[in-house]
Amino acid sequence: MKLDFSGVWDNWPSLLHGTLVTVEITAASLVLGCVLGLLVGLGRLNPQRRLLYGLCTFYLTLVRGTPLLVQLFLWFFGLPHVGVILPAYVCGILGLGIYSGAYISEIVRGSIQSIERGQMEAARSLGLPYRMAMRRVVLPQAFVRMIPPLGNEFIALIKNSALVSLLTIADLMHEGEKIISITYRSLETYLVIALIYLVLTSVTTLALRRIEKVLRSEGRV
Amino acid sequence: MQELMVNVKGLRKSFGSQLVLKDIDFVVAPSQVVVIIGPSGSGKSTFLRCLNGLETAEGGTVVVSGHPVVEGGRMMPEAMLDALRAEVGMVFQSFNLFPHLSVLDNITLAPTCLRGVPRRTAQEQGLQLLRKVGLEHKARDYPGTLSGGQKQRVAIARALAMAPKVMLFDEPTSALDPELVGEVLQVMKDLAGEGMTMLIVTHEMGFAREVADVVVVMDHGSIVESGPPSEIFTSPREARTRSFLQTMLAREVGHDA
Repeated sequence: MKLDFSGVWDNWPSLLHGTLVTVEITAASLVLGCVLGLLVGLGRLNPQRRLLYGLCTFYLTLVRGTPLLVQLFLWFFGLPHVGVILPAYVCGILGLGIYSGAYISEIVRGSIQSIERGQMEAARSLGLPYRMAMRRVVLPQAFVRMIPPLGNEFIALIKNSALVSLLTIADLMHEGEKIISITYRSLETYLVIALIYLVLTSVTTLALRRIEKVLRSEGRV
Repeated sequence: MQELMVNVKGLRKSFGSQLVLKDIDFVVAPSQVVVIIGPSGSGKSTFLRCLNGLETAEGGTVVVSGHPVVEGGRMMPEAMLDALRAEVGMVFQSFNLFPHLSVLDNITLAPTCLRGVPRRTAQEQGLQLLRKVGLEHKARDYPGTLSGGQKQRVAIARALAMAPKVMLFDEPTSALDPELVGEVLQVMKDLAGEGMTMLIVTHEMGFAREVADVVVVMDHGSIVESGPPSEIFTSPREARTRSFLQTMLAREVGHDA
């Protein structure tokens, strides 16, 4: 058996296009996931606020307890049955963003609760209202602790994004499938695609490590 | 009669089924220095934390610097408590400096956020306060690089930045190495000398004797007795006070040995 990458190489423009689509969709769902995660994580800090806590917990349980693929199909194939037809792109971003938001919310909540109680108490004792104390004192410290677990989540998101190829979105995975249907070179094509995903995840890891290093410098936190 | 700085009537507080403060009555006049002593678990810290609403009381009335904190067993709404806390300084056993901010930014945070003091002005005032506690040269450093005594002096400066009417100290020297206790107590003495109203929970009996106008002895969630230090330390009326002072004295002798 001989490996032949020429068929894959000839189709580099479609691989490039697929990579860009994957990056776009991942980035957009990342933003959505982080916003959702922050809000839901904050909402689950205080069980005494029953309605907010209940809503956030409901979201978390539902999203974390069901397969991502099923959720994506519900957005894309399910919603049209109730008259809501969203573009495939939108379904992909909503599906991935809402899914990762659940996991990110637990990262946010855990990091905030790991900051010692005295920090919030000291800020409140100075007269800072809860939100201001959270924003100026607790969150900046919690943010640094979020970075390593967020890195894991970002990587999972990049890899999970391959599932949106099943919603007719022309992402990296989808472009690969097309190349295979032309060249019949599955092994070579999947190897190249795996390599590209590896590059994307590695760059993300390095970037986050860099950010963490800067934030931890100057002897703080 | 002059307005009271702290006025507590029938304060009650429990953790779960355990009553930790039992109908406490207590007043402090302006410029008074009150030292609260008593065995650990007697409710001293909880009492202090009830005064600025860090703990939720279940009964009684608490008025601090004219602001109600608890009224007839009902906690005041958060917004009112925020206004009160801006006028009441609190110093903690574990310092609780903000590690992500420089020493100076720790001090300027509240005045700039809450009072709209321009950054420049706040920084000048902050440096002045740091000079007062002898740490002007540390303004740009981060708390992580300071000794315990320095941290506590910064924490005092941070509380003073809001120009409080009352200062609450919750065992301010208990987490310090013995050789660093003196520098913090000195700052507190200076503050008392300037006429600041102060409530101090501490185990430093020498300090209590020297600086306090009133010493309050607590045990099992009640005030056992209170009076000027000369009275409490030389001729306590209550047996519980005597036995507590004996243990403290034995401990101090133990330190010296």
